[in-house]
Amino acid sequence: MSAPQQRYDGRPRLLTKQARSITEHARTVGPLPTSVVPQLIDMVTASGLRGRGGGWFPSGRKMASVAGRDNPYVVVNGMESEPAAGKDKLLLRLAPHLVLDGAELAALALGADRITVAVHRGTGLAEHLTAAIADRVAAGWGEVEIDVAEPPSWYVSSESTAVAGFVGGGEAKPKADSARVAGVGGRPALVSNVETFAHVALIGRYGPNWFRQAGTGEAPGTALFTVSGAVRSPGVYELPVGITGETILRVANGIREPISALLVGGYGGAWIPPTQLHRPFCPEGLEPLGASLGAGIVVALPARTCGLFETVRVATWMAGQTARQCGPCFRGLPAIAEDFAMIARDGSRKAYERLRFRLGVIDGRGACAHPDGVVKFVGSALKTFALDIRRHLSGQLCPGGPRVLPLPEPPDESEGWR
Amino acid sequence: MTERLKVDMIACDGHGVCAELVPELIGLDEWGYPILADAPVPGELHKHARKAVSLCPKLALSLARTRS
Repeated sequence: MSAPQQRYDGRPRLLTKQARSITEHARTVGPLPTSVVPQLIDMVTASGLRGRGGGWFPSGRKMASVAGRDNPYVVVNGMESEPAAGKDKLLLRLAPHLVLDGAELAALALGADRITVAVHRGTGLAEHLTAAIADRVAAGWGEVEIDVAEPPSWYVSSESTAVAGFVGGGEAKPKADSARVAGVGGRPALVSNVETFAHVALIGRYGPNWFRQAGTGEAPGTALFTVSGAVRSPGVYELPVGITGETILRVANGIREPISALLVGGYGGAWIPPTQLHRPFCPEGLEPLGASLGAGIVVALPARTCGLFETVRVATWMAGQTARQCGPCFRGLPAIAEDFAMIARDGSRKAYERLRFRLGVIDGRGACAHPDGVVKFVGSALKTFALDIRRHLSGQLCPGGPRVLPLPEPPDESEGWR
Repeated sequence: MTERLKVDMIACDGHGVCAELVPELIGLDEWGYPILADAPVPGELHKHARKAVSLCPKLALSLARTRS
């Protein structure tokens, strides 16, 4: 019935479509496939594409939930705020037109007359995209009006409801209601990640069967992984979803020293022990470990660095990155960060017991997933570094070792949330 | 048709009125923010639940109808 299945050739799909100008882009991938617009949502659904911003929500279902609503809006979420991630910024630099094509196809399929691309301030990305948009207009490429917004760089401002709220003229803080209902100034909004839209652009051109040649049945396609820490060649790599952790490290030229854990998914992600590297890195493969792929972040922790102190550093930073909206989050996160600090620093058993209790109380009680992410991250540290915890609790403290995880300077308070 | 209590955590300031009025369904965490029972409001508590909703100083508490 269907054409013989071609096998995935192992080559990157997004990163091989680099093009600065629209002419170069057209030469690489051909014209915008506007003829598929009426079938686009069905094609995306059939492709099995899932959101690459971290949630891995089925993209077709998300698009379908916005379709049919009045006056929809499309937001390209380039607010990659995970400090150890770099893939969206890279993709916007290398293949801006691919991302914009995907957003344009989605907008046409939904009947949206406007697209906003949200990117970080002070990175030059806004200028880069404005030039790319002007290039498209001059070439008569596409029909939907596209503009660029620069929300503040708070960690939670990358959350879809926060980005949509900012685009609609409000504060870049998470909201209780989904952006799909009335995200942008009362307009229903499709907010998706940069990489997700780039995949949509290729699904529109090559079809869902082509997309499914890579990846797993439940999570097809390739994904961009940002690999760092104790690997020889840190960087962004495009690999099929479901590849093993061992392969990811090998692609990054292998580890340069012994490692004690892998941080997967980001600061709202989880630590996993090196004994689990044989697992397929896809949502289903990592779920049994209580981990998820998140935004494709993989950090190899050198064995000479204490995982407990790294956890304290990140948890403390994340506790300072709340929007101060939900009590269980802005009161609870500093409390669990301090508990963990007392375990790592003083070997406090009391703090350990209190932390275990608090982790169970905070989960699921914020308007967004920020507190849940920190609970997951800290909970995974208790499991993965169980031996270190026992040592610290019995008084065998350690100096911590070299710091690994990046903690960027948060925006200045005066910048506010607008 | 059943009803469940729901809190808008962004609006909630942790006054704790709700937990006083329906302790059967609402507890408070150590910072004073409500922890809601993950169960429908039983018939005999409907009156109290409605009262808690109407007396919340931040209008953060609501009753959501769900099909059971």
